[in-house]
Amino acid sequence: MPLFEAKNITKQFANHLALDNVSISVPEQCIYGLLGPNGAGKTTLIRIINQITGPDTGELFLDGKKLMPEDVQFIGYLPEERGLYKKMKVGEQAVYFAQLKGLSKAEAMKRLKYWFKKLDIVDWWGKKVEELSKGMQQKVQFIITILHEPKLLIFDEPFTGFDPLNANIIKNEILFLRERGATIIFSTHNMASVEELCDNITLIDKAKTILEGSVDEIRSKWAANEYDLIYEGDVKIEGNGHYNVLNQKQENNKSIIRLKTTGTINTNEILQTLMKSGNINSFNPALPSMNEIFIRVIEARN
Amino acid sequence: MNKISVIIKREYVTRVRKKSFIIMTVLAPLLMAAIFILPTVFMMNQGGEHKKIAVVEDNSDLFKGVVPNTKDAEFIYLENTKVEDLKKSFENSGYYGILWISPELINTPNAVELISKQQPPIGLLQHIENSLKKEIERQKLLAYKIDNLDDIMKNIETSVSIQTINIDSTGAVKKTSTGIAMALAYIFGFLMYMLVFIFGAQVMRGVIEEKTSRVVEVIISSVKPVQLMLGKIVGIALVGLTQFLIWIFLTVAIITVLKTTLLSKTDMTEITQNVPQNVMSGSQTVAVSTQQADVSPKLAEFSMLFDSAMNQPWVLIIICFIFYFITGYLLYASVFAAIGSAVDNETETQQFMLPVTIPIILALMVAMGTMQNPESSLSFWCSMIPLTSPIVMMARIPFGVPYWQIAVSMIIMLVTFAGFVWMAAKVYRTGILMYGKKTSWKEMWKWLRYSG
Repeated sequence: MPLFEAKNITKQFANHLALDNVSISVPEQCIYGLLGPNGAGKTTLIRIINQITGPDTGELFLDGKKLMPEDVQFIGYLPEERGLYKKMKVGEQAVYFAQLKGLSKAEAMKRLKYWFKKLDIVDWWGKKVEELSKGMQQKVQFIITILHEPKLLIFDEPFTGFDPLNANIIKNEILFLRERGATIIFSTHNMASVEELCDNITLIDKAKTILEGSVDEIRSKWAANEYDLIYEGDVKIEGNGHYNVLNQKQENNKSIIRLKTTGTINTNEILQTLMKSGNINSFNPALPSMNEIFIRVIEARN
Repeated sequence: MNKISVIIKREYVTRVRKKSFIIMTVLAPLLMAAIFILPTVFMMNQGGEHKKIAVVEDNSDLFKGVVPNTKDAEFIYLENTKVEDLKKSFENSGYYGILWISPELINTPNAVELISKQQPPIGLLQHIENSLKKEIERQKLLAYKIDNLDDIMKNIETSVSIQTINIDSTGAVKKTSTGIAMALAYIFGFLMYMLVFIFGAQVMRGVIEEKTSRVVEVIISSVKPVQLMLGKIVGIALVGLTQFLIWIFLTVAIITVLKTTLLSKTDMTEITQNVPQNVMSGSQTVAVSTQQADVSPKLAEFSMLFDSAMNQPWVLIIICFIFYFITGYLLYASVFAAIGSAVDNETETQQFMLPVTIPIILALMVAMGTMQNPESSLSFWCSMIPLTSPIVMMARIPFGVPYWQIAVSMIIMLVTFAGFVWMAAKVYRTGILMYGKKTSWKEMWKWLRYSG
């Protein structure tokens, strides 16, 4: 049973359709990527999941039960536009948001101490938010989001504003949270982090779902019979009726070749032919990056 | 609900701890005290500015010694002096002015001139006019050759001061004072205006702050927008009440301290000087029976004012004040919150502020009119219409308002207030998530009808 489901969500604003019959199904302990170009409707969907706005039609389920207003305590949300009171002190502010999520003050203090120590920001407790750098504010906001240990975490572009070092820290924390049982919906434009983190994705464009499934499946589906072949030494081959050579190059005393099979015979038979040309180092299906897939899918629609 | 109280607490604590709040809280009573104290100080200083006025007549001495000296002015009667000569040497004479009286004055009212460099104060003119009028009356009476005229004159000298008494349905009577009622009407009307406007605008600024800093998205993923809006409104109301109470307390304290230290000497000597004089003049006059009241007219007047102030329906006033403050503030604050949610920054609020400001200003103007004519139909209707009733009704109450009118006004107020909060919440809910679009009234009307 999926931890979270949105079924047939439609949302109409005054003069444009933000979501058109979109459904997502997020398995438990999964990192679920919500992808799409700017203005596709991702933020609207996230707001609907957070019950900030309601859908015109469609239903939401958490743990198999209809999503209720009280369920906000099980959801943690890191919005893309970070929001903190600038004049308020970091510690007080964190306690305030924790209380709004239903934690007692004592419990909030206890957990905050743990997280402030873990992310190495104990010294900032008494500082005003406006004194912090953008990356520092991000860390504070991250802690605020996860403090009440929600089942479902929603991160909207969690890595913007972080240097590579801190981005890595946050990435590891996200993986750690999943290990401890959290399910994560993750909206981003950064396709490298999608390949690295996401198990499943949904790609939304112009209010519609156009691609969904596990990252591995999608990549192999889009692989389209392409293979990467590496020979030791300087080897050149030519295409025949069973395969075409897309490109080949020499690097570090290796020959790297991209093939596209025509599907008339299976890969074993092709390999037998290829083995005659030289010493094969590796033969792998060439998976397109999520970036490529993203661009190809969106461009195909335009 | 628990979450609302968390929000209220934050709104309250962060505001009360602000430097600007502390400074305003301390500074305002000092300013208020200055407003009360300064006129007294000025008046004391004015006493030192002594005016010398030359009195001249043309070839007669009909009005010699007629105009008595006052605290501020000394009248010096110059015999055998031509007004023309005096005018020529006026610059160096040291006189404030020349009072020139023609013997024709007895028959011609305007045959008297006060020649001075500056426009003379109205009090001085009245003093001169009264003195001359009395003298002319006396001289005219003399012409009738009545015996014992002086005694008769003394006997008929009277003064009149109307005492207003209010009668209620049971026939019980109360001494009242229109002056007190007007003062109260003014104070309550203005106070209401200040509270509603200052703190209503604070609500708006708070909403804009949350919207521009995008805090609002984090919060309303935890609480309902209505809870956030109400929490803010109530929190700021408490800030307002806190500040207000501290102001009253500090102002009273400062005035008391200043009065006792600064003014005690002069006041006390003045009173002790006044009392024996009055006692003496009182015993000289014939009417012995009314001596008690005559002994110190100032004291009597004061005690009358005090009685009248105490006779105001204080319980009713306080209940009404609290009711109208809460509902009036909530009504306007919710509108302010809706406006704050609809804009991206404070400069954009202008177009929405005007329609909100107009009823408040109108109410204040009607409240001023109410003091002149508490029973006018304009006052009546404005004390029923919920946008103006908090201010106008508070101005009417010291003059006495039938209970049924108060009840009707309150019911209308409650219904409207609930309606306004409901509408404001709807606009607010949509508005706080809208960025970068210039909002119009039409747009807000659309938001009102959004569901979910």
